[in-house]
Amino acid sequence: MSVEQVAVLGVGMHPWGKWGRNFVEYGVAAARDALADAGVDWRDIQFVAGADTMRNGYPGYVAGATFAQALGWTGIPVTSTYGACASGAMAIEAARQRILSGLCEVALVVGADTTPKGFLKPNSGERQTDPDWLRFRLLGATNPTYFALYARRRMALYGATQEDFAQVKVKNARHGLGNPYARFRKEVTPDDVAASPMVANPLRLLDICATSDGGAAVVLCSMDYARRHLEGSNSDRLVRVAAVSTATPTFPNTIIEMPNFSTDSAAGLPIPERSFKQAIGAAAYEQAGIGPEDVDVAEVYDLSTALELDWYEDLGFCAPGEAEAMLRSGATTLGGRLPVNPSGGLACFGEAVPAQAIAQVCELTWQLRGTAEGRQANDPRVGITANQGLFGHGSAVLLTR
Amino acid sequence: MGKPKVPAIDGWFRLPEDDADNSIVLVGTRCADSGTYYFPPERVMSRAPGFADSVLEEVELSTRGVLWSFTDAQYQPPEPYMTVTDPYAPFCIAAVHLEVEQIVVLGQVIAGVGVDDLEVGMEMELVADTLFTDDEVEHMIWKWQPIGTSGSAAASEEAAS
Repeated sequence: MSVEQVAVLGVGMHPWGKWGRNFVEYGVAAARDALADAGVDWRDIQFVAGADTMRNGYPGYVAGATFAQALGWTGIPVTSTYGACASGAMAIEAARQRILSGLCEVALVVGADTTPKGFLKPNSGERQTDPDWLRFRLLGATNPTYFALYARRRMALYGATQEDFAQVKVKNARHGLGNPYARFRKEVTPDDVAASPMVANPLRLLDICATSDGGAAVVLCSMDYARRHLEGSNSDRLVRVAAVSTATPTFPNTIIEMPNFSTDSAAGLPIPERSFKQAIGAAAYEQAGIGPEDVDVAEVYDLSTALELDWYEDLGFCAPGEAEAMLRSGATTLGGRLPVNPSGGLACFGEAVPAQAIAQVCELTWQLRGTAEGRQANDPRVGITANQGLFGHGSAVLLTR
Repeated sequence: MGKPKVPAIDGWFRLPEDDADNSIVLVGTRCADSGTYYFPPERVMSRAPGFADSVLEEVELSTRGVLWSFTDAQYQPPEPYMTVTDPYAPFCIAAVHLEVEQIVVLGQVIAGVGVDDLEVGMEMELVADTLFTDDEVEHMIWKWQPIGTSGSAAASEEAAS
């Protein structure tokens, strides 16, 4: 199978940080940069999709309209999407579907967030039927709890070490040094990681991503629109969306998922051939008719250092148990065969939930265009993003040029 | 006299009548047609695709299993986590695989057990313990502990034999 492509005409980001301003500002800044990059006037945009934030009151729940209003109402149709960390990919998918169905030719996708300090926590009130509330009340299980369970499992299954995890941070910190959009731009040594406080054993503070403010936007359009729009100019660096995966788990999902108390039981139906995270990438590859062996660069969700290693295997970059060796070989470092998180990843950004999946697409667009200054991979043609939203929202975007 | 003990959540487990007994049984449901177990108990319909019309029967889950993974909470979790001690004392969290049910169940680990005492693959058992105490009652919860932990049901059995 290979579905029709849409073009990434423009991308833009507001630098990540802890700016403490209204999230709408970041989204508007990113949107204006993306429109300028595309050379498209806001008045010519035919559809707008906003990725929601849950931490900024009502405007965050209706992000599409919030950004449309902030940019100046033009009467165009709108959608707002929520899928936790996958919200941005869902907004991209909404725009892509609109374009592929012929309902519009050019669309704007925006996500932005302002985050409070500390652990992400659930909505307040007595919420006895909300598993996200109950896990804090009954277990004291934060997000790093789950990241740490996966990390410890890697250590038990594959002999991974805390030093291996630290090397992911060292790599990503180096990648992000020259990225003007990254929040943390500082070399980190294995000793720095080892000296940082333990949060959820075996993960230390520098193994776990922070929460950040930030905004990202993309302008998507039909291939016809791109050809007309770029007529006369050099378009051989035009980046296309070859696939968007928004996969869900298949029952029984035997890996413990945030915010659950248990896995599905495998006592009845057989365990599916692919785990949830494997299915996320597989759906994208299948849609595009492209395999993991074709991938030149990737942006994956390193909520923790150890999780980045899980993605190497789940996206098919190496066999299960071989991620540590792949990391140590330098293959996933800039200059290697398949640089992972050339942007610096969440290690350098911190997570701005609804913006993050869009930011991944921005980074790969710059990489495929060859304009990622200070962090450019070696002439990549195919890139994949991957992340996973709470409760089972998969997200991957496959980009080619 | 101690405060009355009440479950921290209704319908997920059974506490013994005798206050001195720290045994606990998790209550789940089982899809009669597919054999799939659910914890917390699924009461609406079986989520095994194709078995929506199957009867869900209430079952007691195994009280022992094998440690799948574990971690600890070095910082006090945010609300609605309830403060237990002041100053805060870190605790472990275990993910335990139950053989019969083919399911992994999370739980806090009893106080006094640190990550250095745990190893993936070791046998664990359930005990009833206090989650937090308010002015009126002790809110009770299930916790995991390594089999043979002092004071555990298994250790007392061994000591008695």
